[in-house]
Amino acid sequence: MNNLLSIITFLPMVAALILALFLRGDDAAAGRNAKWLALAATVATFLISLGVLFGFDASDTGFQMVEETTWLMGLTYKMGVDGISVLFVMLTTFLMPLTIAACWNVTTRVKEYMIAFLVLETLMLGVFMALDIVLFYLFFEAGLIPMFLIIGIWGGKNRIYAAFKFFLYTFLGSVLMLVAMVYMYTEAGTTDIPTLMNHSFGSDSFSLLGIQIVGGAQTLLFLAFFASFAVKMPMWPVHTWLPDAHVQAPTAGSVVLAAILLKMGGYGFLRFSLPMFPIGSDVMATFILWLSAIAIVWASLVALVQDDMKKLIAYSSVAHMGYVTAGIFAANQQGLDGAIFQMISHGFISGALFLCVGVIYDRMHTREIDAYGGLVNRMPAYALIFMFFTMANVGLPGTSGFVGEFLTLVGIFQANTWVAAVATSGVILSAAYALWLYRRVVFGDLIKESLKAITDMSAREKWIFAPLVAMTLLLGVYPSLVTDIIGPSVENLLNQYHAAIPETADAGQSMAAASH
Amino acid sequence: MITNDIQTVLPELILAVYAMLALIGAVYTGKDKLTGALTYVTAALMAVLAIWIGTSAGSGTAFGGMFIDDAYARFAKVAILIAAAAILVAGVEPMAKRGLDKFEYPVLITLATVGMMMMVSAGDLMSLYMGLELQSLALYVVAAMNRDSVKSTEAGMKYFVLGALSSGLLLYGSSLVYGYAGTTLFSGIIQAATGEGLALGLLIGLTFVTAGLAFKVSAVPFHMWTPDVYEGSPTPVTAFFATAPKLAAMGLFARVLFDAFGSAISDWQQVILILSLLSMFLGSIAAIGQTNIKRLMAYSSIAHMGYALMGLAAGTQYGVQAMLVYMAIYLTMNVGAFAFIMSMERDGKPVTEIKALNQFSKVEPLKALALLVLFFSLAGVPPMVGFFGKLYVLNAAVQADLAWLAVAGVVASVIGAFYYLRVVYYMYFGESEGGVEAPMAPAAWVMLMGSAAIMVLGVINLFGIEGAAAAAAQALVN
Repeated sequence: MNNLLSIITFLPMVAALILALFLRGDDAAAGRNAKWLALAATVATFLISLGVLFGFDASDTGFQMVEETTWLMGLTYKMGVDGISVLFVMLTTFLMPLTIAACWNVTTRVKEYMIAFLVLETLMLGVFMALDIVLFYLFFEAGLIPMFLIIGIWGGKNRIYAAFKFFLYTFLGSVLMLVAMVYMYTEAGTTDIPTLMNHSFGSDSFSLLGIQIVGGAQTLLFLAFFASFAVKMPMWPVHTWLPDAHVQAPTAGSVVLAAILLKMGGYGFLRFSLPMFPIGSDVMATFILWLSAIAIVWASLVALVQDDMKKLIAYSSVAHMGYVTAGIFAANQQGLDGAIFQMISHGFISGALFLCVGVIYDRMHTREIDAYGGLVNRMPAYALIFMFFTMANVGLPGTSGFVGEFLTLVGIFQANTWVAAVATSGVILSAAYALWLYRRVVFGDLIKESLKAITDMSAREKWIFAPLVAMTLLLGVYPSLVTDIIGPSVENLLNQYHAAIPETADAGQSMAAASH
Repeated sequence: MITNDIQTVLPELILAVYAMLALIGAVYTGKDKLTGALTYVTAALMAVLAIWIGTSAGSGTAFGGMFIDDAYARFAKVAILIAAAAILVAGVEPMAKRGLDKFEYPVLITLATVGMMMMVSAGDLMSLYMGLELQSLALYVVAAMNRDSVKSTEAGMKYFVLGALSSGLLLYGSSLVYGYAGTTLFSGIIQAATGEGLALGLLIGLTFVTAGLAFKVSAVPFHMWTPDVYEGSPTPVTAFFATAPKLAAMGLFARVLFDAFGSAISDWQQVILILSLLSMFLGSIAAIGQTNIKRLMAYSSIAHMGYALMGLAAGTQYGVQAMLVYMAIYLTMNVGAFAFIMSMERDGKPVTEIKALNQFSKVEPLKALALLVLFFSLAGVPPMVGFFGKLYVLNAAVQADLAWLAVAGVVASVIGAFYYLRVVYYMYFGESEGGVEAPMAPAAWVMLMGSAAIMVLGVINLFGIEGAAAAAAQALVN
């Protein structure tokens, strides 16, 4: 099939249209139909996307299953996947049915809720498949609209503030990227991503407003893209929208946000920053490594003092994304492999953690850690699953969290030992906040009156967690599943990256590369 | 010779004669009872003319170059006619409800439309001024249509005084240009304005002409009349102000700058740059505090004019194309948005508070969705077509080495996004009941839904408007 990717991308959109046009009524029956249709559509999307995974040839480092048609303004509608993007596509299609299943208890405006998630899925898939910068931007930005509505309509008490903050923060970040894209279009005469990857943008230093810009245009372009991706990741210090958005978003919204939307930032660095602006990346690499190290330690410390469970997990996400950015800008095979692995793994783990919070939030309608305690007495199955994902979040060997953290730390160590030393302390801190959270919520005596009648997980809830547990374990004990697919593409990317950097500037990096 | 001339101006002639006949006919027969029918006939005539003009080709001049008929003029005329017809049709019901269904309204709008068609075809300072005044005089009157309302008369008065001032500036500038170029024909002025450095008189004349035209497009710092006039005029009239005249003025602006001063781009470029920059920022920032949706739309249109001027500021053929595409998209969005705004009412009385939209998505989900699409499009969020308008002008600016202006533009668009989102916030996240109702006649409903649908479906190919805009821009710049 020649347009498999388009089918996958737009299938959820079609389902959303069917919902919007043909489903009438506001009663419970209509809501149930909407949920089933959405579930069926996302499952179908996942099944079809398996075709991409099995049809994908990992040894080919170019783009595969490419489709191309002309579009307006001299742009092209071009889709394709390579070793870097294919797993993000799979992550998205895999998680969406679980997300839909997780919002089975929603009762307000069910139809609109389902439509929002289906549209969001289309846009997220588009981001990972687009091979035209403007097409990428279109999907990247359009995702803000459904997410804005999801937070704003179905969110918690302070949802309006959170929705606006989310939208404006990310919008400001990405419009700068838009100008950079327009500049690239003017400069290179094309918006085709594979062509742009082979185009070398100017890197001669010049002075702007009296400031000497090392790396010239590449550095400026890098910074413009950085503004967008750093906000999206999110990196310290532009992460402040994330805790607000997470806390106010409904459970399913948090899951999508943490598991998929944050990965767009990391994906962007891999797709644009490293291959298109290698010299700019090289100039900024040390700076970003240190930012990541600060993010890891600082976000972990902040997580320690949170009294809202979602906020704690949100800060934990910021810390884990710190490993990702550090791994990417370590610019070596282990670092990049680890970063991608960490993103995939974090998709499962953080998604599951937000679902865990959702399970008890559905019962007690509070996320205050102090409102809980001793849950193990009434909810043994929940205690087990929460324990599993807490451990995975800490990075216990045997879970996918360990592989991601270990690989990135190996990569960072080769690039910058000091950063690695600081970043490693985050492993200890993450154990501290995660285990402490677990102790306060699950262990102890069940003394709170309100908790006496709490019920354990239903079969539906258990089934939602089952695939996540399976994937976390599978990737934890058999990481080559991922690295075999991403390996060749990453290697190719790194070869191009290092070839583009002048010898003198690259001395430190290449010495590190030679030493292993 | 004269038959050729008449052939060229035939559409304008037909419309002008029609306006006179309608005026006489209505006075001697049913007067206001005829308004409804008259409006529909007028709109139909405009639509027919739009199709006629749209399908004709070639280029020519009439009356010794005073009137130019080229692809550029035709593009603008088609857009003006369609927008005017759409606003007329959408406004029938709201005007009748407020007791404003006077037969003068469609007649005056027709006359204004004739003026606008002349503006974009002007090839001479005289015909420029004639077109501009014909348009303006008609609009001063419709602004004050609601004679019993203090605000409406105030709007008419303000518009008139400030409009007259701007005409004065324009005339003074024209006289200087005439004095130094020795001719009022654009084709003659461009000869005089070629070569090393512009004569000082020409430069001052150019500045005054630019100031006068900036008034008409409501670019900052010549924007002060816009919010008051928008707020005070009856809403269907406001809708008209926000659409066709803006395109006509912008079209005329480009016509003067390129046809008369096309060889002195560096002399006017900085002025347009400043106008564009200030408009984008002031429009975006000042709109934040507004509580009245008409004032909000006024500031929104100021900001949008800033973006369109960005295309013009590039001073290239691509820039003109970008401006035309931007304006066409802007017109479409505003027709849809105003089709809704003019139908907003509570307990049978018109409301314009933004707060009244509270929880509107629960009352009328479909209309709320259409508005959501339009407001995101106005904010320039992809995949709505409004985004491509912005992309076009940014592209033009960057190509002309004005990357800093593009950066400023996108920063302003983020500020602007806030107030567009606020409307969405009231409709979807609001807590208390706003109580707005929006009973819409089928025609207005079609405008709203149609323009929302265009904003979404246009992502496929912009309905082929690019090719027409490119041809138009080529006709103007070369």
